Amino acid sequence: MNRAEIIQSIVDIIHTIAPDEDVSDLKTDVRLREQIELDSMDFLDIVMELRKRYGVHVPEEDYKELATLDGCVAYLSPKLQGKSLKVGV
Amino acid sequence: MMSLPRVVITGVGLASPNGNSLPEFRQNLLAGVSGVKPWTIRHVGETQAGQCDFDALRWQKRKELRRGTRAGSIGIWCAGEALKDAGIDLDQRDRARVGVYVGTTEHGNVETENQIHEVAQYQFDLSYWSHHHNPRTVANNPAGEIALGFGITGPAYCIGAACAAGNLGLVHGAQMLQLGEVDLALCGGVSESIHTFGIFASFRAQGALASHADPAKASRPFDRARNGIVVSEGGCLYALERLEDAQRRGARIYGEVAGHCVNSDASDFVLPLAERQNECMRGALARAGIAPHEVDLVSSHATATPLGDQQECEALRAVFGDSSRTHVNNTKSFIGHTMGAAGALELAGNLPSFEDGWAHATINVDDLDPACEVRNLVTNQPRSLGRIDTILNLSFGMLGINSAVVLRRFCA
Repeated sequence: MNRAEIIQSIVDIIHTIAPDEDVSDLKTDVRLREQIELDSMDFLDIVMELRKRYGVHVPEEDYKELATLDGCVAYLSPKLQGKSLKVGV
Repeated sequence: MMSLPRVVITGVGLASPNGNSLPEFRQNLLAGVSGVKPWTIRHVGETQAGQCDFDALRWQKRKELRRGTRAGSIGIWCAGEALKDAGIDLDQRDRARVGVYVGTTEHGNVETENQIHEVAQYQFDLSYWSHHHNPRTVANNPAGEIALGFGITGPAYCIGAACAAGNLGLVHGAQMLQLGEVDLALCGGVSESIHTFGIFASFRAQGALASHADPAKASRPFDRARNGIVVSEGGCLYALERLEDAQRRGARIYGEVAGHCVNSDASDFVLPLAERQNECMRGALARAGIAPHEVDLVSSHATATPLGDQQECEALRAVFGDSSRTHVNNTKSFIGHTMGAAGALELAGNLPSFEDGWAHATINVDDLDPACEVRNLVTNQPRSLGRIDTILNLSFGMLGINSAVVLRRFCA
C-alpha cells in the first residue's frame, strides 16, 4: 500500500468506529484525537481493525506512533507492504 | 403496617414486537395483531420470535449504538420515550435524584456468543477477543447505558429475576421512591434474548420451544395444542413518581402501584408451583388492601408451556374462582415471551383499560385445554368490562421466583 492507500485505510477504519464524525478532511499532521472525538476504547478498536483486516499486530508500546495520520503512514508502511487496501468491510 | 408514600405511573416507554408506543401497542392488542415472525439464528436455524423495530437513532448516536448492546439500546429507547411521555425534561431536574432500575432475565449471553464466534474465525487466538466484551456483558449494562445516555447520576442498576424481572424493576422503583432514595424512577425491564442462540437451544432441549406453521399462532397459552415458548425481544420502562410530586407538576397519572408481592417456590429449578403463586397473588392483594373479588383484570403470566399454564390456572382458580368480577387475559399470545421485559410490557398493554374499559383478549385459544379453564378467561376477542379499576399483573420465573403487582385506577 502506498501513502494515499494507508491514509484511506485508516480513515475508513475511523469512519466505521466513529460513524458520527466527519472524516472527510482530516489533517495528516495533527493528532487525530484533536480533530475528532476518539477515546481510548476507540483507539483499541482501530488497533483491532488493523489486526483483522491486515493481520498487523500493533504492540501497546507502539500505540503512540498512530497518533497522527502521518505517524500511521510512517509506522504502518513497512507492515502493509504488499497488502491490498480493504475498505467498507 | 407503616404508612408509605403513594407511587404512580406518569410515563410509559416501550418497544414491543407489535408496537413502539403505548397507543400503537394497545391498538394492536385490541385488534388481535400478533408480533411474532420467522426468525433465523445461527446454529438453531429457522425458528420464530417477536422482534422489535424502532428508530434507535432517535435517542442514540451511531457510535453509541455500535459500542453498546441491544439490551442497552432497547433500554435507552424506552427511557427516552418514557421521559417524553411523562413530560419530564431532565435538564430541569436533579439528575442525581433519578434512579434507573432495569429488570433482566439474563444479560451477557449475546455478546459472549458473538465473541466466541469471532475468535473461532481466528483459531481461538484471544488477541482477537474484543475489549468491549466486559463493559457489554456486566450485569448492569442496560441500566448503565441508560445512565450514560441521559447523563443520569443517580443509582442505575439491573435486577436479575428471570422472567419475573419486569415486574421486579417496577416494584424496586416504587420501593426506592417510597424510601426517598430518588425522586424519579425509570423502571421496568428489557430483553435482547432473541440474539442468543443458547436461549432457543436450551428451551428446545427442554422441550419448551414453540413452533407452528403460522408464526402468529405459535404462542398459544391455554390452548390444548400449545407447545412452548416463543422467545421475544422487547422493553418497557415506566416513569414512576411519588403521588405528591406528580400532582405538584400536574402530571398525567396512568395508575397507582397499589401493592406487590415477590416470593420464591424453593422447590425446583424450572417447574412452577401453584401453591406459592397463590400465596404471591394473595400477598399482593393484601398489601393493596383488597380482596380477590375486587380485582377486575388479571394479566396472566402463562408462557404456553404445558405444565406452566396448568399450574398458573390452578392458582388462579384457587384465588379468583369465587369472583364473578375478575377477568383473565394474556399478552404473550400476541408478542411471545419478552423475558425480562415481560412483566412491565404486559402490564403496559393493559394500563389503558382504566381509560377504555376493555380487556384485550388471549388470542390463539382455538381449543381451550380443560386444565386451563379459569373463570372469565377472555379468549380471541377483546371484551368490554365497562369499567376497570384494578389490575393484577403476574410474572413468574425460573428458580421459582414469583411476582404480583396490583395497579389501581388513580383516585385522588
